[in-house]
Amino acid sequence: MASNSNYEKYKSDGSLQGNLLEWFDARFPATSMWRGHLSEYYAPKNFNFWYFFGSLAMLVLVIQIVTGIFLVMHYKPDAALNASGIPIAFASVEYIMRDVPWGWLIRYMHSTGASAFFVVVYLHMFRGMLYGSYRQPRELIWVFGTLLFLCLMAEAFMGYLLPWGQMSFWGAQVIVNLFSAIPLVGEPLSIWIRGDFVVGDATLNRFFSFHVIAVPLVLLGLVAAHILALHEVGSNNPDGIEIKKRKTPEGIPLDGIPFHPYYSVKDIVGVVVFLMVFSIIVFFAPEGGGYFLEYNNFIPADPLKTPPHIAPVWYFTPYYSLLRAMVWPLFGIDAKFWGVVAMGGGVVILAFLPWLDRSPVKSIRYRGPIFKTLLTLFVISFFILGFLGTKAPSYAFFGVIPGAPVAQLLSLYYFLFFLTMPWWSKIDKYKPEPDRVTM
Amino acid sequence: MSNESKVDCGRRRLVVATAAVGGAGALVALVPFLSSMLPSERAKAAGAPVEVDIGNLELGQMMTVEWRGKPVWIINRTKPMLETLPELNDQMADPNSDKDMQPEYCKNETRSIKPEYMVVVGICTHLGCSPSAKFKHGPADGMAADWLGGFLCPCHGSTFDFAGRVFKNKPAPDNLEVPPHMYLSDTRILIGEHKKGA
Repeated sequence: MASNSNYEKYKSDGSLQGNLLEWFDARFPATSMWRGHLSEYYAPKNFNFWYFFGSLAMLVLVIQIVTGIFLVMHYKPDAALNASGIPIAFASVEYIMRDVPWGWLIRYMHSTGASAFFVVVYLHMFRGMLYGSYRQPRELIWVFGTLLFLCLMAEAFMGYLLPWGQMSFWGAQVIVNLFSAIPLVGEPLSIWIRGDFVVGDATLNRFFSFHVIAVPLVLLGLVAAHILALHEVGSNNPDGIEIKKRKTPEGIPLDGIPFHPYYSVKDIVGVVVFLMVFSIIVFFAPEGGGYFLEYNNFIPADPLKTPPHIAPVWYFTPYYSLLRAMVWPLFGIDAKFWGVVAMGGGVVILAFLPWLDRSPVKSIRYRGPIFKTLLTLFVISFFILGFLGTKAPSYAFFGVIPGAPVAQLLSLYYFLFFLTMPWWSKIDKYKPEPDRVTM
Repeated sequence: MSNESKVDCGRRRLVVATAAVGGAGALVALVPFLSSMLPSERAKAAGAPVEVDIGNLELGQMMTVEWRGKPVWIINRTKPMLETLPELNDQMADPNSDKDMQPEYCKNETRSIKPEYMVVVGICTHLGCSPSAKFKHGPADGMAADWLGGFLCPCHGSTFDFAGRVFKNKPAPDNLEVPPHMYLSDTRILIGEHKKGA
């Protein structure tokens, strides 16, 4: 594929809009950007269902930004109590829900959007694991993606404090205290993050600032880096083979089709189906059975009383299980530090996937039974970890199988899956890859 | 090394020096921004001691007061409650309160000034949730059959006895913190101060 700078500048045909475009294109890389990223960005022709989720993630990002802008017009980040004794922040969310015209819709779109974002992103990441999309030469795309995932977690976590309900408050209390587990610097660090000795008004205000300004800016920058890196090396595909190896004399990949109009139109189908599901949730089940909006968060924050059962929103629960799994002190450092290490490590280890995987083939279509078995177990254990993370530590399956040791075992598997990958991915059987993509 | 003659070392040094000064300036400029996130003077000043009347606290009951934004529990422990403490010694992570989680005058068997009155910060030493009271024996409060009563942290399952001592092999590393406090009279406690004027 030609690099962006090689595109010729637009030449006018003498018409008014032609002249205008020529004037514009001489001063801005409009044509080259359009061609390089859309009309002459050649994507493999065999994309399947799993390739909807990148563009859907962009769609949800737009939904979150637009609804967020309108929510900020009415929301007040203030922990002080109003005349009725309700925190002003909590009351302003109720005000949006009850008094602002269509405010309920905008707020439910935003809260459902948060969960939708994680659904889409988890599926997007799983696609990468299925087809080896993180493998050479796409390591940086994957690393930027991991950073995006981290940023998204930070964004979701800080946004969750803003309604200033019981789960907001105690969730923030727990997560900020995670930092205090770091030896030596932990305690001052957590005070610096909170801006106070306890989670309070200072914390609420700075989380608001981060949630609406700082993290979204970083997110947008990382999305740009993610896509630029993708367009530099070209998309992977379900066969995990390089379409650039076989090109027409003009240098166009034989198995490539222009992103626009072919995939831009295909993605519209994905958008429509997604919006149908999204709308059903927004209109009929915005609380998601207590998983999207937790019931305890309809109670204003009370610094003196932790709700009897506290759990993060569903998208954090697998990592929350990793955190809870560590209950033994090691090397003279408290167990809670190792819980933090497990939780953070669980995310960070993803970034190393490109270098842990030593298989000669990329796609699951040509990989052997070891990979298929271990990946299936990984998905199952990720779901169970997520499920256990929503439950109290004392939970037992059917009342007999205690959940805590199961979570510990599965946490161990989570890490072993990655750490032993260099070994098992190498000895696993594999099938020969085809020369051309298969549909 | 044929290029070496073309490099003007004086200019190279100036370029490096300029970049270094610029970089140092940028780093120093971070100080006011990062410092602005520290607790403000107002936040630091808000920490006044709290006076509590415990005259109405019945035997076996607990009350919660707010001190520095945190819950402080005052528990009027019954004899049976106190009798569980020595029984549990070998299940405790720090049975003798060796870690500095209480003032010197509360470093004793009951972790209190008066044996019956426990004054303790109700914040789990793991990640800062407030544990729930599980005072009943056995499974009545949803605990294990051999449970003698105490506290359960709902967040990550740490358990504490009636003296706020943490059980072994739980996420919480330390016993609950006993705040500095003193008795102004038989029924009035001042939380946050050892002695007047201190």
